Amino acid sequence: MKRFFACLLALMMTLSLVACGSSNDGDSGSQNSSEETGFTTAEDGKLIMSTNAAFPPYEMTDDNGNVIGIDADIAAAIAEKLGLELQIENMGFDAALLAVQEGKSDMVMAGVSVTKDRLAVMDFTDSYATGVQVVIVKEGSDVTLDNLDEKMIGTQRATTGYIYASDTPENGGYGEDHVIAYDDGAIAIQALLNGQVDCVIIDNSPAQEYVHANPGLTILETPWVEEDYAIGLNKGNTAFNEAVNTALNELIANGTVQSIIDSYITAE
Amino acid sequence: MDLALYYEQWKNLMISGKDIAWWKEFFVKFYQAFLENDRWLQYLDGVGTTLITTALALAIGVILGVLVAMIRTAHDQQRPGMHNPFLGLFNLVAKVYVTVIRGTPMMVQLLIMGLVIFKSSRDFTSVGALTLGINSGAYVAEIIRGGLMNLDPGQSEAGRSLGLNYLDTMRFIVIPQAFKAILPALGNEFIILLKDTSLITVIGGKELLYAAQGVYGRTYESMFPLVGIACIYLVLVMIFSCLQGKLERRLRQSDRR
Repeated sequence: MKRFFACLLALMMTLSLVACGSSNDGDSGSQNSSEETGFTTAEDGKLIMSTNAAFPPYEMTDDNGNVIGIDADIAAAIAEKLGLELQIENMGFDAALLAVQEGKSDMVMAGVSVTKDRLAVMDFTDSYATGVQVVIVKEGSDVTLDNLDEKMIGTQRATTGYIYASDTPENGGYGEDHVIAYDDGAIAIQALLNGQVDCVIIDNSPAQEYVHANPGLTILETPWVEEDYAIGLNKGNTAFNEAVNTALNELIANGTVQSIIDSYITAE
Repeated sequence: MDLALYYEQWKNLMISGKDIAWWKEFFVKFYQAFLENDRWLQYLDGVGTTLITTALALAIGVILGVLVAMIRTAHDQQRPGMHNPFLGLFNLVAKVYVTVIRGTPMMVQLLIMGLVIFKSSRDFTSVGALTLGINSGAYVAEIIRGGLMNLDPGQSEAGRSLGLNYLDTMRFIVIPQAFKAILPALGNEFIILLKDTSLITVIGGKELLYAAQGVYGRTYESMFPLVGIACIYLVLVMIFSCLQGKLERRLRQSDRR
């Protein structure tokens, strides 16, 4: 028994050393580039964007596995303005939000809506698009906005749709028992088609694509909630955040953002 | 002493960007991950689902495993020259089952069962448990088969010479000895099963990991929920191995080593 504890102690000490070592590395690495450009990024000369590419038309993958979409194009325009090389990293939506908080990526663009809780842990640019959350149902189903509390609702994990819907009824939600969170929107839609959930709450633009691709689905006319999309940034990296916000505002002012959005969303 | 009050106060300090003592930050994050809005209840529900899933999967796995192992050993240990065609057919089915289940990833099996085969089922936990049970059965079958085949044939020959029939020989002579030998490997398999329940999250099973993901999806602070559930899994597994150790010691009582 004594020997076991000795081993355990040794292991813990080694691990804590490793932990210290890695955090020091991170600090020294990010300080290097600050002299020339005035701001720092996670990797020198690169603009790393984390996203969840299952959210058409804001972000999706093409057949070669590259991330394309409105957010990817806007990010490319921002990277060009800042003189950085854009690198897109595709992961789960929850992981994409965490990556930017931990400084593994410089910004998250994944149709992120600004909420009070998110403002506590990350910074946001000004909004570049308006998102509307809608309810997708099967054609001919009896689901309306009023009886959602007795239905099974599919959502995407960590999205505002999931957070609001799974909240307690007193806070305007439907309770955890009526909500299932999936890893991405595509699985939620599959579950709806299978009849495992009665409706899916998701952003309007991907909803249009999903309904278009799957006959038999339709969107309820009244939107569920409206909110603003913005770019999520690491809290505290002020110089870089201001640079991104300035670049974004210039792109909005000269019409680039609108033309990118128009090129993906044709008919409204 | 009102913890919630301290939490509010220190969290507001953190949001406004002030540096606070590390233990206050630790407390805020801990409170947020486990205590705020009674979130510990979600973890508790998760533990319940984990245990139920494990128990169900265990039962399915053991029944399937024993069945498949019996068929496979009976077929392989036929006397030379004898060949039972029915046994041959069952053996083929068993072999296909083991090959397919061992040859495909757990995650893929879960997605296929959840989204393709049991399309219309809303009981995600049961579908998950069934999938895990079928998966575990293939591994358990091979472990049991190893134990049965490894026993000296002289043992069952002696039993048969003494006038016991095949089933009695199995029941009183072969299985008790084989069981002792395979217990460590079986325990290993059960531990893997318990941890693999976390995978049913992908089809919507509200398991321990689901609770943690829900919490860090809301709070954007992943360390405490994840390390917390890791500890819970660890404790569950430790209880499990402790029980297994007890059983092993009990079975060793008659040993003359």
